[in-house]
Amino acid sequence: MTAEHKKRGTLFTPGNIIAGIILAAGLVVTVMRFTMGLGSVTNLSDNNPWGIWIGFDLLCGVALAAGGYTTSAACYIFGFKRFHAAVRPAILTAFLGYALVVFALHFDVGRPWRLVYPIFYQQGTTSVLFEVGLCVFIYLTVLFLEYLPAALEWLGGFDKYRGILIKVTMVLTILGVILSTLHQSSLGALYLIAPSKLHPLWYTPYLPLMFFLSSMFAGLSMVIFEGTLSHRNFHHKMDDEYNTNYETLQIAFARGSAWIMAGYLAMKLLGLAMDNRWHYLFTGFGVWWLFEVIGFVALPCYCYAVGYRDKNLGLIRLAAPWTVIGIVLNRFDVSLVAFNWRLPSVDRYFPSVGEIIISLFVVTVGVLVFRFIVTRMPIFYTHPAYKDSSH
Amino acid sequence: MRRRQFLKILGLGGVAGAALPGTAGAARFAYDGSPDAVGVLHDSVRCIGCRKCEAACNKVNELPKPAKPLDDLSVLDTTRRTHADAYTIVNKYFPEPGKNPVFRKIQCNHCMEPACASACFVHAFKKSETGAVVYDPTVCVGCRYCMVACPFNIPAYEYHKALTPRVMKCTLCQPRLLEGKLPGCVEACPKEALQYGKRRDLLNIAWDRIGANPGRYVEHVYGEREMGGTSWIYLAPKPSFAALGFDEHLGDTSAPELTSGALAAVPAVAGVWPVLLGGIYAITKRKEKIAEEEKKAAVDAAIAKASADAEAKLSEELAKAEVANKRRIEVEVKKALEAAHKEAEGGEDA
Repeated sequence: MTAEHKKRGTLFTPGNIIAGIILAAGLVVTVMRFTMGLGSVTNLSDNNPWGIWIGFDLLCGVALAAGGYTTSAACYIFGFKRFHAAVRPAILTAFLGYALVVFALHFDVGRPWRLVYPIFYQQGTTSVLFEVGLCVFIYLTVLFLEYLPAALEWLGGFDKYRGILIKVTMVLTILGVILSTLHQSSLGALYLIAPSKLHPLWYTPYLPLMFFLSSMFAGLSMVIFEGTLSHRNFHHKMDDEYNTNYETLQIAFARGSAWIMAGYLAMKLLGLAMDNRWHYLFTGFGVWWLFEVIGFVALPCYCYAVGYRDKNLGLIRLAAPWTVIGIVLNRFDVSLVAFNWRLPSVDRYFPSVGEIIISLFVVTVGVLVFRFIVTRMPIFYTHPAYKDSSH
Repeated sequence: MRRRQFLKILGLGGVAGAALPGTAGAARFAYDGSPDAVGVLHDSVRCIGCRKCEAACNKVNELPKPAKPLDDLSVLDTTRRTHADAYTIVNKYFPEPGKNPVFRKIQCNHCMEPACASACFVHAFKKSETGAVVYDPTVCVGCRYCMVACPFNIPAYEYHKALTPRVMKCTLCQPRLLEGKLPGCVEACPKEALQYGKRRDLLNIAWDRIGANPGRYVEHVYGEREMGGTSWIYLAPKPSFAALGFDEHLGDTSAPELTSGALAAVPAVAGVWPVLLGGIYAITKRKEKIAEEEKKAAVDAAIAKASADAEAKLSEELAKAEVANKRRIEVEVKKALEAAHKEAEGGEDA
């Protein structure tokens, strides 16, 4: 309960004050959205039906929550048991990430109470979005079940249910990988239907595969990045197991990330070669493409590789947020910058203040809930009563 | 479109595309819709830009009156697109500077294989038997993926409705068609720039007109093949369709075909992944087990060796001790014998 005391004493920290302002502004925009319509708070238009609530909240949210399936697969399927202590933080981040994606969608779609229609009422099975929706819905449930043991240990008295959940860990992990493969790639496949709208440098039949591959190193990088941040803020909550393996994990994930990023780079080039699109590189969009691919994939990939070789944690911790920014840049490019590239600039989209406020609002809610949970539940440490558990 | 037919075509296209990448194009026109499906032919050579079609559309669909009256031709000076209050609009272009303007009418093209219907995750769009692509607002969630998917930028959204926004687009006047009437715009056209009929017949009429007026028309019927074909088809005067703002980058591939490959991967992933991951897990487990066993064997061997060594040493020591004991006994016996001997000798002496 010392944490409680400390919190009460320092409620008005700069961080909390900023969070409070964002929450208040978010509530105002929320009220406007649901009383005056999307048009009153967004810059969305008939030509630009998807803005940053899709480009950032959905596409980036899902990609950056990929740490859940990558870490649990590494630990439980590929046998990296040393990383066991990192699974719970990664699962929690993923669960909150997906929950917030769904939360944010309630702002974006016209009639949010119908979000369950495609699953329970009338299925549009020819739609890639149907696949995304179904997978996200099931995966959110899977992540909840994977996270639940921590909550049950905290509450106490649910050992029977906790035991069942621990027993099906393997099934949930495999299910998580299948569902993630499907919807991570399908988010890219969403854009396959609009070859005339997406710039040829970004439009390739490999788009689903690229989204899937990039989700892997996005997830690994988020685990490294988030681990570094958590270490700074929640160090007192971490037990020896977490702390001992923490650096080994960062080095191993840096290695994995470097390899996958190299493969992703190769695929980017193959995409250009396959359709002979090299000449686009000498246009304005080409410069931007090179900025994304060299500046935010090749360079951080190199840093990861060198960081792994020299066991240089500083370099690895630099490459992680760099890669994360690269993922955000890529999703923005596909969904906003390179989308509708043929339209005259007056018809192009730029987010409104209201849209940015809601996106910040969603992220802030996520950070606050994360803090609430890790300061109370056994996330960074093993619960003393469940020392023997392998989960 | 009939769902079963649609799915069949989707499957065929996918298989053909996968098996014969070089000839996939040949399979693209396998589907020509319901045989009696109707459409409209718009001829930009005949169109005079009077906006009577816009006015009729506004009236029959009971749309709100626009700020500028529907017969105000100054509206044509700006390039517009369809929006929630206007299912159709007419734009003015000057393909050849100094010559007369040419007009183009824009509305839903009622694709043969609609991108919106393929993209909708709640099946709110349907290609009906008449040929009209119709929308059902009672199930629409408002995700607006149809607007992302539509290659012609047609569907519009009611962004200013807080709780009941709908996607808005031309219905081909489906309710009027079912009553046996013409679409509102076609009925209002004073110049027969709009012609209604079966799509098959309209295509013949269009090509006949191109042939009958050499040098007048672009030798292409827009919509015959674009995105798999559309129910609305167009004729344009020379020099080009692009000069009238038509998108010439669309290609012939229909929207469902573009995503069928990705969707076909779903069962593959769902089927292969568990086996593959289960296999990897089994291999990992087995490696661990073998490592465990090898470790155990090594430990056992070490213990066995140690105990064997110890045993050997013990027996050696025992043997040594036995020899030493024997010797000691022998010495003692010898000593005793000698003592007895001495005693006997001493006794004799005494």
